[in-house]
Amino acid sequence: MSKPLLLRGGRVVDPSQNLDAKRDVLLVDGKVAKVRARIDAPEDARVVDCAGLVVTPGLIDVHVHLREPGEEHKETIATGAAAAAAGGFTAICAMPNTDPPIDDPAAVGFVVAEGRRAGAARVYPVGCISAGRAGKRLALIGEMVEAGAVAVTDDGNPVMDSGLMRTALEYALAFGIPVADHPEDLGLSGNGHMNEGLVATRLGLAGKPNAAEDVHIVRDLLLAELTGGHIHLQHVSTRFGVESIRQAKARGVRVTAEATPHHLVLTQDAVDGYRTEAKMNPPLRCAEDVAAVRAGLADGTLDTVTTDHAPHHYDEKEAAFAEAPNGIVGLETALGIMLTRVVGEGVIDLSTLVERMSCGPARAFHLPGGTLTEGNPADVTVFDPNEVWTVEPRAFLSKSRNTPFSGWELKGRPKLTIVGGRIVFGAP
Amino acid sequence: MSPTPAFLGKDLVGLERLSADQLRTILDTAEHFKEISERRIKKVPVLRHKTIVNLFFEASTRTRISFEFAEKRLSADTVNIVAAGSSLQKGETLVDTARNLEAMRIDMVVMRHGSSGAAQFLADRIPSNVINAGDGRHEHPTQGLLDLLTIRDRMGRIEGLKVCIVGDILHSRVARSNIYGLLTLGAEVAVCGPPTLMPPAATELGVRVFTRVEEAIEWADVLNVLRLQLERMEAGYVPSLREYNRIWGVSTARLEAAKRDLVVLHPGPMNRGVEIDSDVADGPHSVILDQVTNGVAVRMAVLYLLAGGQPEKAEAAKQGGET
Repeated sequence: MSKPLLLRGGRVVDPSQNLDAKRDVLLVDGKVAKVRARIDAPEDARVVDCAGLVVTPGLIDVHVHLREPGEEHKETIATGAAAAAAGGFTAICAMPNTDPPIDDPAAVGFVVAEGRRAGAARVYPVGCISAGRAGKRLALIGEMVEAGAVAVTDDGNPVMDSGLMRTALEYALAFGIPVADHPEDLGLSGNGHMNEGLVATRLGLAGKPNAAEDVHIVRDLLLAELTGGHIHLQHVSTRFGVESIRQAKARGVRVTAEATPHHLVLTQDAVDGYRTEAKMNPPLRCAEDVAAVRAGLADGTLDTVTTDHAPHHYDEKEAAFAEAPNGIVGLETALGIMLTRVVGEGVIDLSTLVERMSCGPARAFHLPGGTLTEGNPADVTVFDPNEVWTVEPRAFLSKSRNTPFSGWELKGRPKLTIVGGRIVFGAP
Repeated sequence: MSPTPAFLGKDLVGLERLSADQLRTILDTAEHFKEISERRIKKVPVLRHKTIVNLFFEASTRTRISFEFAEKRLSADTVNIVAAGSSLQKGETLVDTARNLEAMRIDMVVMRHGSSGAAQFLADRIPSNVINAGDGRHEHPTQGLLDLLTIRDRMGRIEGLKVCIVGDILHSRVARSNIYGLLTLGAEVAVCGPPTLMPPAATELGVRVFTRVEEAIEWADVLNVLRLQLERMEAGYVPSLREYNRIWGVSTARLEAAKRDLVVLHPGPMNRGVEIDSDVADGPHSVILDQVTNGVAVRMAVLYLLAGGQPEKAEAAKQGGET
């Protein structure tokens, strides 16, 4: 066991215990031992001065693409977990759209083992809903859960067959895991490459209407209501989608949902000039949609901030817009973007930010952490709320650089990431 | 050639960002160059030290030949590269293709590509001048310019005219270039076609939208009739070509019902009996062959201006003087 760690004099923000005050935090044997106004350092403890810093339960991102196995030129489990730690995340959930996909217990075991070996942020595997992500029949969901899967999804693809989605929601009830869906009606989104609207018309790019996402969100909500299952809606980007989830929650439907930093701060205008680093799915939408996603994050309709970290190699994004793949990296910019542009613009306060980036994700996916109450895992994020820095993709620990935030000046930067009482990022 | 900044900048990617002054100057310069094609010896030394690559990722007959005539009549050295059988089909990326050409010390690239934004992509990455000869459904600026020139020749002006583009607006780069150029020069612009082939934000571009071709004809001074591609029917945007012709086809009967004499353009190649009836295409309303003739002059003007030629020196340049 590593030496006890005493985080001295930071501003501890932990919504799980309604705490926002100057506190000392003592971590012993991988657990939170004490959170007090003043703790005398045990003799063998390493003391870290956190004056002027914010100390929170470790950030958790339940939607990350690590690309291994199969696309190791974009990211590996090790580089993704290191990038997560550098971004202040203590745990991430790896999406199963790899090659081969994570659709059986052996593949889940591989992700677990590689995640441990990486020794950075914790890596939780998410398994496929359907065998081979083919959308035909259920994958080995029970065995994958036994092997360590914390949820299932066919992310990258939506589950187009409503009957299969119903079956998945019902079957998953046996294991108490959420079924996560990428809501998109492929018939409606057609061969679209960005949001349908004026920018797409001007650029001569086929668009995807909000309705492609909306009909699928509504379908998933109806199926969750029908089955009593837990639907987790990924990267919600539309105003109608947010409102539908809000109403479903009021009816008691078991739904949790995500907002991404990019859908909270960028509109379709970011694509102008054919900027492939702003190409993602769902696409960046209108100002009204951004406002709705912000409101949904503020009132708790959207439970989690997730990056949808989607690494792609430089060569693949260096192409004509229609030929470039969807997705951006996000792990190393998320906290800075959220602090600068979402908290900084008064959309939510710091405590709500920690709720949506730590406590909320832990609850949605039934993960350890998300709290600094005594006896819980010593997963802690320490950041400097005042440090101003410039996003420099070349400095990323991720293997990929595909970000629309290159050159952005941000205020607020991770300083120390602690997993199980061990410092995995930052130098005290 | 003059080291002063070219009048048009480095590239011609589209008409969206060109000013009225720039558009007028291109058309005026084209007027100077028209006469070259009427000479017995159709050649002037304007671009005699320039190397131009015509890089065609999509099949094209008219546009490619028109560019090639324009280049040759200005005495440039030209190379044609078409996708079939070249490295373009061997998985080489667009930017690698461009860099390899660049390494052979070229001056200009004329590119046709199936992806919207490909011209801008190339222009941002190589120092040579890039002329967009059509990129996906984005823009086809020299087609837009030759349409403007043809309309101006026939009508004497563009400002205040009512021009309606008829057909598949959604997938048309010709429609976009026409809309931008016409609006900048003060025309009123409308589009007409099946709602399934209208861009979702058409009115936000500043154009009127007609669903019935009869109403469009009633309104317009000029019709620019677009080709309906067979693929559109196969993809289910319209149920049949026969039905399209019945409802949106431009016919003599429909033109005669209008209260004024319309001028009809078509960028080609035509589907006779689908979007346009033969008696219209071959009749007094049609300026379709004038468009083809003007295409060469407009492309000469664009090549000259992008190469750094000064608008006011075009006449002298033609005689072999310095530009």
